[in-house]
Amino acid sequence: MSQAAEPMQTVHAVTQTPYKWGFSTDIEMELAPKGLNADIIRLISARKEEPEWLLEWRLKAFAAWQAMAEPHWAHVAHPPIDYQDLHYYAAPKRKPGPASLAEVDPALLATYEKLGIPLKERAILAGVEPAEGEGAPVAVDAVFDSVSVATTFRATLAKAGVIFCPISEAVREHPDLVRKYLGSVVPQGDNFYAALNSAVFTDGSFVYVPPGVRCPMELSTYFRINARNTGQFERTLIIADVGSYVSYLEGCTAPQRDENQLHAAVVELIALDDAQIKYSTVQNWYPGDAEGRGGIYNFVTKRGACRGARSKISWTQVETGSAITWKYPSCILQGDDSVGEFYSVAVTTNRQQADTGTKMIHIGRNTRSTIVSKGISAGRSDNTYRGLVRIMPKAAGARNHTQCDSLLIGDRCGAHTVPYIESRNPTARVEHEATTSKIAEDQLFYCRQRGLSEEDAVNLIVNGFCKDVLKELPMEFAVEAQKLLAVSLEGSVG
Amino acid sequence: MNAVTQLQPAWLRDGAAAFVARYEGLRDRLPGDAAARDAGAAAFRARGLPGVRDEAWHYTSLRPLVETRFAEPLTPVADCAALMTRLPQIDAPRLVFVDGRFRDDLSVVPSGASVRVGGPAYGALAQPGREPLVALNTMLAEDGAAIEVAAGADAGTLLLASVGIGGSPDRPVAFHPRHALNLGDSARLTLIEVAIGEGAYLHNPVFEITVGAAATLTHLRLQDESRAAFHISTLYADVAQRGSYDSFALTLGARLARLEVHARLAGRGATAHLNAVQLLGGTQHGDFTTVVTHDAPSCISRQTVKNVLTGRARGVFQGKIEVARDAQKTDGYQMNQALLLSTEAEVDSKPQLEIYADDVKCSHGATVGELDAEQLFYLRSRGIAEADARAMLVRAFLADALDPIAHEAGRVVLESAVAQWWERQAA
Repeated sequence: MSQAAEPMQTVHAVTQTPYKWGFSTDIEMELAPKGLNADIIRLISARKEEPEWLLEWRLKAFAAWQAMAEPHWAHVAHPPIDYQDLHYYAAPKRKPGPASLAEVDPALLATYEKLGIPLKERAILAGVEPAEGEGAPVAVDAVFDSVSVATTFRATLAKAGVIFCPISEAVREHPDLVRKYLGSVVPQGDNFYAALNSAVFTDGSFVYVPPGVRCPMELSTYFRINARNTGQFERTLIIADVGSYVSYLEGCTAPQRDENQLHAAVVELIALDDAQIKYSTVQNWYPGDAEGRGGIYNFVTKRGACRGARSKISWTQVETGSAITWKYPSCILQGDDSVGEFYSVAVTTNRQQADTGTKMIHIGRNTRSTIVSKGISAGRSDNTYRGLVRIMPKAAGARNHTQCDSLLIGDRCGAHTVPYIESRNPTARVEHEATTSKIAEDQLFYCRQRGLSEEDAVNLIVNGFCKDVLKELPMEFAVEAQKLLAVSLEGSVG
Repeated sequence: MNAVTQLQPAWLRDGAAAFVARYEGLRDRLPGDAAARDAGAAAFRARGLPGVRDEAWHYTSLRPLVETRFAEPLTPVADCAALMTRLPQIDAPRLVFVDGRFRDDLSVVPSGASVRVGGPAYGALAQPGREPLVALNTMLAEDGAAIEVAAGADAGTLLLASVGIGGSPDRPVAFHPRHALNLGDSARLTLIEVAIGEGAYLHNPVFEITVGAAATLTHLRLQDESRAAFHISTLYADVAQRGSYDSFALTLGARLARLEVHARLAGRGATAHLNAVQLLGGTQHGDFTTVVTHDAPSCISRQTVKNVLTGRARGVFQGKIEVARDAQKTDGYQMNQALLLSTEAEVDSKPQLEIYADDVKCSHGATVGELDAEQLFYLRSRGIAEADARAMLVRAFLADALDPIAHEAGRVVLESAVAQWWERQAA
C-alpha cells in the first residue's frame, strides 16, 4: 500500500495550498513594450544579437501569422485573446556572466529554492560550474520567462560532444546546425500559434547529440513564467545524429494570477538513422482557481521527425496544469522501420479544459507507432483526446495500436475521444480501442474494505489506471508525476 | 453572402447559388408548408454547401456534385418497367417514388398504416440550421411519404423504393424527397428502403422517424444507385422509452454516397442499433456518418460498421456517441472495421465519444487491414480456389453486421445483393 501512502502525504501537505508553485518573484525585469509588430520583432532579434537571416526568418513568420486566423476546432472555449496586450519580451536583468553565487540576484535563487530544485543545482543554475564527479545526474537548462538563465553540466556534456545550450547561444555558436534544422519539422506557417512562436520566440533549449553518442545524462529544461502580462514563447530544437540517444525532460510552472497567460511553444525533434529521442514532459502550469479564473493557455506545437531508418521518437507527457491545453506531440515516421510512441496522462479538474493527443504520420515502410492515452476528468472540466493516425500509400507493413481510456470522476465533467484514422495502404494494420468509465464501485469497495480511506483508494486506482504511461517516465519524474496526480485530484473525490 | 460562406472557395459558393436560383424560380409552384420551406431556404443561404473545412464533411468533398449542374426531373416521368424488375421481389405493400415523385400506378398502399403523399412530409426532428444538405432538401423538397402506424398496431413489412431514371449524363437531374414515419406506442413495423437507378442524378432524401414508447422499428436499407449518381441521405430517428430503432444499411451504389443518421435515445431504456456495410470499388466514394445521442438514462446503442474497399474506392466512417449529463447508466458500443483489398483504396475512420455523464459504459474499436494471409493459406491448403477463399473470408468479415438481421425476407435481399456485388468484382 506504500504506492498510495506517498501521494497521500503530499495531499495532506498541500491541503492549504492547492497550487504550491503559485508564488511570483519580484525581480528586476527588462520588458519590451506591449504589442506585436515588426519593430518588436526587430527589437527581440537585436537584443539576442541575432544574424540577419534569423530576423528575416522571423519576419516571414510574422507575415504568415498576420494572414492566419486563430483555430477554433478544438473542444475548448476561451474569451478572445488580445495579442496586442502582451509583452513579447521579458528577461530578468542580470549582469553578464556571474562568477559566483554572490553575484546572482538573490530573488532568482530563492525562486529555484521554492521550486524545489536542489541547492547544489541552484548554485549551478546561477552559473557556477560544479566540481567534477559530484554533480547530480541531470543537466538542467532553466528558462525564466523568455530567457534561459543557466545551463548546468556543460563541461561534462562537452566532453561527450553533446551540445546543450540556450537556443539563442546556439544561433551564435552553431549557426549551421540551427539554420539547417530550425523550422524543418514545424515550418513558420504551420499553424497560428507556431507562426506566432516563430516570429517572437526568445529562448529555449538546443540539443545536438553527435553520431554514435549516448548522452551521458538526462537533459532537462525547466520553464518558469513569472512576469505579469507576458507570453512565453520558447523554442526547443533537438537533433539526434546517426546512432545516438538522448533523453530529455521538461517541467513547467507559473505564478498564480487572476488573468490568463499565453504559452505558445514549439518543440522540434529530429532523429537520424538509428537515433533515439525520448522526450518527457510534466506540465504543471497554473491551472486557474476553482472558478476558472486565471491560468495558463498552453497552446503548444510539438513534433518529431524520424528522418532516419530505424530511428525512434518517444513522447511521454503528464499534463495536470494549464487552464487550457491544446497540444498534439506528433511523429513523422519518414525513415523505414522507424518507431513513434506517445504515452499521455491528462488530468483536468475544476474548470480546466484539455484538448490533447498526437499525430502519427506513417510514410516509410514497416513504420510502427503506439499510442496510449489516459484521460481523467473531474470537477467541471472537459478532457478531449484528439489523435490522428495516417498511413501513406508507401507505408507498406505499417502498424499502429492505439489505446485511449477515459476516467470520469463526478457528474459535472466531460470526457471526449476524437480519433482520426486514415489508411491508404492495404498491408498496414491499424487498431484503435477506446473506453470511458468511472471508478468501479467494486474496486472502491475492495480497497475500503482493506482499510484504505476513500481518497487513498481513489489514488491507488488512478495510479493503476495511469501505470502504462507512468512506467515510461524516467524515475525521478515518475515520482513527481504520481504526487502531482494525487494533488490535482485532491478534493474532487467523496 | 454572409461570413460563413465568404470564407469558402468560389466553386462551392457558385454551387450553392445554383440551388438557390432553382428555389427562387420554383418557389411559388412547390407544394406543402411554405413557412418550413422558407426557413430551410434561409438556413441554406446562411450556410451554403459544406466544404472539407467543415469538420462533419472533412473526408467527403462535394466538389464533383457541385461541378454538376442539375436540371429538373421531367414530368410526366418516362417508363421504368425494366428498372422495376430490380426492386426486391418480396410480398409486401410498396411505396414507389420515381425521380423523387410518388407513383400511384407502381405502388401498393399498405393496410396496416396510413400514408399521405403529394408533398414533402416535414417533421419536427430535422435540423436544417445544422445540416446544410438537410437545408437544401427542405428548400427544394417536392414530394414524400408521411407514414403513420397507430399505437399497438403491427404493420408488418413495408417497402419504400426510390427509382432514379434521371437523365442522360449531359442532363442530370436532382430530387429531394422528404419522408416521415410516426410509429405509435407499442407499434411494430419492418421498413425495407431501397434506392436504385440509372443514369446521372442527385438523390438527396431526408427522413424523420419517431419511434413511440415500447415500439419497434426494423429498418433495412439498400442503396444500389446508378454508378453515375450522387446519393446523400439524412435520417433522424427519435426513440421514446423502451422503444427500439433497429437498422442495417448496405451501401453498394452511387459515385458519391453519404448516409447520415442522427439517432436520439429520448426515453429511458430506449435502444438503437445502427449496423452498416459499405462495399465499394472503382472510384466510388462512400461515407457512413452517425450521431447517436443518449439523452435519457439506461439506454443502449450498438453499432457495427464494415467497409470493404477495392479498386481506388474510398470509404469513410464517422460515428459519434454523445452522452448527455443526465443519461446515467448509458451503454454505448461501436465497432468499425475496414478491409482494404487493393493497393489504391483508402479508408478514413473517425469514431468519436463525447461524454458528459459519469456512470456510463462506452467504448469503441476500429481496425484497418487486409485479408489475413494465414487464413487464405489455410483455405487454399484445403483445396479451395483463391477466389472462393477470398469470397468466404470477406463474407465472414461481414458476418457481425449481417447476421443479426432477423427479418428473413429482408436478409435474403441484402445477402443476395452482397453476393452479386462480389460476383461483379470477381468478373
